[in-house]
Parts: sequence; structure tokens; C-alpha cells
Amino acid sequence: MTAATDMTSIPSSGPVVVRKTPKATFDLVFRNASFGAALLVLLLLAGIMVSMIIGGWPAFREFGLGFITSSVWDTQNDQYGAWPAIVGTLSTALIALIIGVPLSLGIAVYLTQLAPPWFKKPVATAVELLAAVPSIIYGMWGLFVFAPLFAQYVQIPLSSIVEGMPVLGTVLYSRSPSGLGIFTAGIILAFMIVPFIASITRDMLEQIPSVLRESAYGIGATTWEVVRHVLVPQAGVSIIGAIMLGLGRALGETMAVTFVVGNANRLSSSILDPGSTIASRIANEFNEAMGLQLSSLIALGCILFFVTFVVLVIARFLVSRVERY
Amino acid sequence: MTMTTAANPQAEAHIPWGRVRQGRRTADRAMKLIATGFTFAAIFVLFWILGMLLVKGIGGLSPATFTQVTPGPGSEGGGLANAIVGSFVLTFLGIAVATPIGVLAGTWLAEYGKKSKLANLIRFINDILLSAPSILIGLFVYVILVEPFRGYSGWAGGVALGIIAIPVIVRTTEDMLNLVPGPLREAGSALGAPPAVVITSVTWRAAKAGMVTGILLALARIAGETAPLIFTALNNNFWFSPTLVGGVSNLPVTIYQFASAPYENWQQLAWAGSLIITLSILILSIVARRLVAGGK
Repeated sequence: MTAATDMTSIPSSGPVVVRKTPKATFDLVFRNASFGAALLVLLLLAGIMVSMIIGGWPAFREFGLGFITSSVWDTQNDQYGAWPAIVGTLSTALIALIIGVPLSLGIAVYLTQLAPPWFKKPVATAVELLAAVPSIIYGMWGLFVFAPLFAQYVQIPLSSIVEGMPVLGTVLYSRSPSGLGIFTAGIILAFMIVPFIASITRDMLEQIPSVLRESAYGIGATTWEVVRHVLVPQAGVSIIGAIMLGLGRALGETMAVTFVVGNANRLSSSILDPGSTIASRIANEFNEAMGLQLSSLIALGCILFFVTFVVLVIARFLVSRVERY
Repeated sequence: MTMTTAANPQAEAHIPWGRVRQGRRTADRAMKLIATGFTFAAIFVLFWILGMLLVKGIGGLSPATFTQVTPGPGSEGGGLANAIVGSFVLTFLGIAVATPIGVLAGTWLAEYGKKSKLANLIRFINDILLSAPSILIGLFVYVILVEPFRGYSGWAGGVALGIIAIPVIVRTTEDMLNLVPGPLREAGSALGAPPAVVITSVTWRAAKAGMVTGILLALARIAGETAPLIFTALNNNFWFSPTLVGGVSNLPVTIYQFASAPYENWQQLAWAGSLIITLSILILSIVARRLVAGGK
């Protein structure tokens, strides 16, 4: 076992005298096995990175940087570009944050400041159960329940209002009001990331010493003023970290988005039109893909890996170990 | 308003009390109303989804759902028996892969690595893996296990689910071991037991409930995963081979394939499957949470 040699560099927990008995062998084996398991965690991330680069290499070699900027996705002529999927991924995630962040912060404030004590636990459990609902169920809800309602009550009226307007007429106009599209995907994603952001923010708010709150209340501040001027500045960057974690989830979410994003290969100027994200395109095309197309899909995965990696690294630095699972 | 932090007591004196009282009260009420409204909106969505599953799923549930295999295109009837069994096999395979690795790695972090640089790095990477998109883990397993062996398999599916479960188990194991009081370990060492014996027969035993909770949470996390299975175990409309080579039927991918299919019995089965899988996962997570609450 190669791990054994590395063990010398690990500081031991104190002066422990080990006699050479059968138990000492067990001790050594156990120590090396657990060290090996811990190293495996490192290897997993490295493995994912390397396999994405190797798997996507033929596409990167063929198209170069143009792979990222090209909007063509043509399986007939074997030409592939990632741009529409990248834009789709970023815009769905952005819409999810715009809707999900206020929701999450409101929930965190409600849970820590407003809810009556007996009501806190059931509400907190319900919010956390939103995180337990599988992604594919959100997709079914979005496709069969939410999208038809959204088309009827939002897309169609909105399209008739904005039609002909200078900027809104393109951004908010939907040519085929099916309810499916970038914006719908963003809404579904918002509900999926809410439990994560809300529960981390709640934990942060609860960790703030109550002396601070009490002294603010003591000088006559209202609840809103306590939240705005005491709690939020105190929790500060860790709330941003929680939001970044939510962003990381939104970027890589697959099944729910695949159901509702509409899976259009072309980039539309309207956020109500169908589009695609990196994850939805991979999920859609992977099983039929071969050769360069397969490699292009893995290259898309490679781009997704590096984007989420950067987002999650920043998030973890900001939150520094509050998320529980 | 000039007050920025509570740590600055000087600023508070500048609030013009009498003049803004009405506005402050309105702002306060508006915020309370919005925060409460947002909370109930989120809870409403949860019950909306559950209600939808109950309404559409119960009609599809019948004894045949649990005894017959998934129907082919255009054929009548059918059930989800192979998908349910396949899901059990894949999920438990995943947990079987993840539990020893996750528990040992978490133990190393809590008992050996502690605050060392390497331990901090592993902790950091583990936290990133915890939130890494599951689709990337599916692609990774495709590249290392499906492509080289030229075929989808239940083993690849189990490994993919296991990789998703590992960081959850590492994290909870470490957290739970850290809750075990130091004197307990010292007492073990004082009896002459080497560290490994102290860990396995004292620390693990003290943290057992919490560690089991971590494994249950990991189980709940992977039971509904769909994306990684598309690239690894795929699906199968028949009973899968006992060697798990070739596609292994499973609930999530079956739901994915059946939900928007043009056959009515497929759609029925997709809803029934969704109900089964969601209720199992929700019950599992509630049980796991109860265990944590009881263990503390």
C-alpha cells in the first residue's frame, strides 16, 4: 500500500505507545485504510476533471476556442458549438437566483424572527423536504402542471401586451406560447434552490449572538431594522456564499430543466422562448450520440465542470462549513 | 439611515424618532408580510407537488404495478416490478460502495487528519463534491466504466450513485464523530487500547445513531437520482440480467422515458412511479431527521 509511506507526514494525535501485538497490526491496517479512503475523495474530483478533459478533447481539438463561441449545433455536418447552451445555462441560473434569493431570505427571516416557536419546526421541515423531492418530479410538475398555467396566464397575455414594443417586444415575446422555455426553467430552478439557500442562511442568522439583536430591540428598533441593520451585516458574506451554493446547484441541475426548457438548439432573443442548457443538452442527446457529437457533449460537461467548480470554490470559502449535507 | 452595524453604538442616536415613526412601522409590517408570504409560497409549492402526485399517481397504482414488468411500446397494461427491483438493487449497490469509503474517510478526517493541511484540503474538496452536479458524475462513470467495457451496466450505475453518496456520508460521519466527547476516547486509550480499537469500539459506538442517519440521508439523496443513471445503468423494459450487465431497469429513468410518451398506460405508470419514489424518499428523510433529533 503506497499510503503507508505517506503516513509519516501526518501529525499523530499524541504520544501513543503501540506494542507489537496483533492489535497493532489492526491499528496500522485501519489507519492506512481510512487514510486511503480520505485520499480517494481527492482522487474522485481529480478523476472527474481529467475524464472530462480527455473525453472532450477531440471536440476541443477539432473546434478550438470556436467550440465555446459557435452557435451551430448540426449533427448532419458534425459541427458543434457550445454558445447557446452556455447562454441558456447562465440565463436559467440567473433567473433562478433573481426569484429564489428573495424567497430564501424571506423564509430564513420568517423562520428565525417571525414564526411562533411551535410552528418553526414543521415549517423548517417542509422547506427542507422541498430539497428532498427528486429533480425529475420537479420536471413532471413543471411540464404537466406549471407550464400550461404559465402559458395561459402569463405568456399569452404578456406577449399581446409587449408586442411591438422596442426592447420588451423581443425579450418578453413568445412566438409559441407552450409554457416551456428558459424562463419556466428558471422558475422551477428557483424553487429547487430555495431550500438550500434558506437553510444555510437560517443557520447563519441563528449563530449571531442574541445580545446583538436584543440590544437593537432595546433601543427601539423594529424587526425589519434589526434584520436590515444588525443581522444582515453580521451574516454578510456567508449569505453570499449560500447564494453561490444555490447558483452551483442551479447551473448543473439536469432533469427538471430537461423537462421544461423546451430543448431548442437555437438561441432565441426572448427569455420566454424554448432554449437549452448544457445539462439538458447532454441528457437529451447522450444516448444517441457517437463520435464527435459524443465528444462535444463531454466537452460541454467539461465547461460545466469548470464553471461550477469556480462557483463552488468561491461559495465554500465564503460559507466555510455551515452546510450540513 | 446612518446605522450600519450594531457594533457601532454611536450611529443609533441619529435616528430621527418622531418623524419617521409611521414609515418605519409600514416598512416593518411590509417586511413581515412579505417574509411570511414567501414562506407560505414555498410550502404551498411542496403541497402542490405532493397533491399532484397523489391525484395523478393513485389511479395508476394497482397490484399489477408491483407484479408486472414495464410494457413495451403500444402494448396494454404492464407494471413497474422490474423498475422497482432495479432501483432497489442500484441504490443499495450505491450505498454498499459508499458506506465503507465514506465512513473510513470521515473517520480519518475526525480522528487522524484533524486540523492538518491535508485534512482541510480533503474537507474542502469533499464539500465541493457534495454540491457537484450529478450529471458530471454520470459522465465520469461513463468515461471510466461504460466506454471501456463497451456497454451500460448496473455496476456502473451503482458506482455512479455511490460516488454521489460518498461526500454525504463523509460529512455526516465526521460531524457526528466530532460530537463524541474527547474524554471518552482518552478513557479508551488509558485502558491500553490502540487508536483503531478506540475508534471502532468506543467512538463509532457512541456516534452510531448519527452515522446511520448520514447513511439514510445519502440513501434518500441517491434514490431519486436520474441524470447519472442515463449514462450508466440506462434502462430496460424487461427483467435485467442477474449479472447486472446491460441495461438495468430503474424507476427514475423509466419515469423519464414514460412521462412524455404517447401511450396512456406509460403515462399512468410514470405517475404511479413518481408517487412511489417521492413518498419513499420523503418518508426516508423524515425518519432520518427524527433519528438526528432523537440522538442529540
